Amino acid sequence: MSQSNIMPGFRPAIGFTLFYLALIVLIPLSAMLLKTFQLSLDEYWAILTNPRVLASFRVSFGSALIAAAFSGIFGFIIAWTLVRYPFPGKKVFDALIDLPFALPTAVAGIVLAAIYEPKGWIGKLVMEAFGIQIAYKPLGIVFALIFIGLPFVVRTIEPVLQEFDKAMEEAAASLGATRLQTFIKVILPNILPAAITGFALAFARGVGEYGSVIFIAGNMPYVSEIVPLLIITKLEQYDYAGATAIGLTMLLLSFLLLLSVNGLQWWVRRRSGQL
Amino acid sequence: MNTISPVMPSRTKSLTIGDADWVRYALVVLTLAIIGVFLILPLATVLIEAFAKGWTAYASSLTHPDTVAAIKLTLLTAAITVPLTTVFGVSAAWAIARFEFRGKSLLITLIDLPFSVSPVIAGLIYVLIFGAQGWFGSWFSDHDIKIIFAVPGIVLATLFVTFPFVARELIPLMQEIGHEEEEAALSLGASGWQTFFKITLPNIKWGLLYGVLLCNARAMGEFGAVSVVSGHIRGLTNTLPLHIEVSYNEYDFVGAFASASLLAGLAVVTLVVKTFLEWKQKQDLKA
Repeated sequence: MSQSNIMPGFRPAIGFTLFYLALIVLIPLSAMLLKTFQLSLDEYWAILTNPRVLASFRVSFGSALIAAAFSGIFGFIIAWTLVRYPFPGKKVFDALIDLPFALPTAVAGIVLAAIYEPKGWIGKLVMEAFGIQIAYKPLGIVFALIFIGLPFVVRTIEPVLQEFDKAMEEAAASLGATRLQTFIKVILPNILPAAITGFALAFARGVGEYGSVIFIAGNMPYVSEIVPLLIITKLEQYDYAGATAIGLTMLLLSFLLLLSVNGLQWWVRRRSGQL
Repeated sequence: MNTISPVMPSRTKSLTIGDADWVRYALVVLTLAIIGVFLILPLATVLIEAFAKGWTAYASSLTHPDTVAAIKLTLLTAAITVPLTTVFGVSAAWAIARFEFRGKSLLITLIDLPFSVSPVIAGLIYVLIFGAQGWFGSWFSDHDIKIIFAVPGIVLATLFVTFPFVARELIPLMQEIGHEEEEAALSLGASGWQTFFKITLPNIKWGLLYGVLLCNARAMGEFGAVSVVSGHIRGLTNTLPLHIEVSYNEYDFVGAFASASLLAGLAVVTLVVKTFLEWKQKQDLKA
């Protein structure tokens, strides 16, 4: 099936690739499917509609959604400033954006808890100024997920802004558009698909995130217990079937969301004439 | 740009193309504030908390036998997983970037799959297979081989989460470079391996190092997946991230942040080297 070129090594390369893929990813993942199929539909439904399980899905998906929206806004501002405006130390700040990718989640978790707890640097300020507690509340989960999601948005918008043809802005301006009109009608539609991708990546990562969240969340059942933590709790009680059913559902819901975001993106591109 | 255009626009008009000064200043300040609060403050906090009780407390918690054991296990895990992920990445990139075959885009999607799977699920799947109630659990326990709650489980979970790191750097890079040089070498009589080591490897070295670097950072820092399979046995199955969790939950904050400072240092070094490699690779592609 390989191309009629003189390049050697197709068989060993594809052979090892498929073997390793099956061994490390596909077979273990299919174990999850098979384990869930051992349940009857009623059993599966009973696990999922358990009030504590439902609450954890609300917490995980809700906080990931809110956090991804904030990551989207903050990330857009950062990407815009980094691409458009010169300022001292820009290279360093740009490199720092990837910190949440590089910093192990357990480190992020204890550090964020230390900052946002009622006695922490920011936690204390917010507590005294607004009487709002961040850490050990659902709000803490949102803050942790904004930290985790930020680089996804910045790194997807940045290249698009760099490639963006300024002649389009100049054309709009010379035709009499105000800066705000140019921004809304010319710049925003071109950036939107990338912004949606960044939002979706941040969201998908946020739903499954564990390490950076559990230290700050408080982990109260029904209130601030995330789905990944509930999976671990079930495993510790040797409830493999329960853990697997919840895990598979979380996985499928994330895929479904990513798929619909892809669809939305396609629709936006078509509307703005990029397809 | 405007000054060299043949039709000189008036000064007031050219202003509408850029942003007003106050917008610029406001956005720069806002950006620095977000980066400061969300990125720099956490980094600084690690150090402040680690040294909260002075240098001696910091040093003694790092030389504690449990910490040393955790560092050793973390290094061992990375030493096993990074080479395997690298070999896989190179072979996947060779197959995908150098040959045409059916199902290629499906293969690329499957390689990226571990990125979109929660780390907790990455641990869960190995428990299902090798755990006490798992498919092969009883066979392994009959033969006295421990996988879950032992080092092999930690390695397997880390292999899963680092799976795409090298492949996804190399595939687009090798596609961009093209195969003319390799074909020239082959037609001049070089063997496959000679072509790979003398032509391909020098061309992709910066991208390869980039992938290895990120893979290593993830291998040493993985928490969720490893947490599920490790069993948290002090001095035996605690990697550095797990050791942080155990110390923190026992209110040994200096200990937790001292270990965290090592991993934060690793993250900073990773970012510096990463920036350097990106710059190098850009230079190579230009040349």
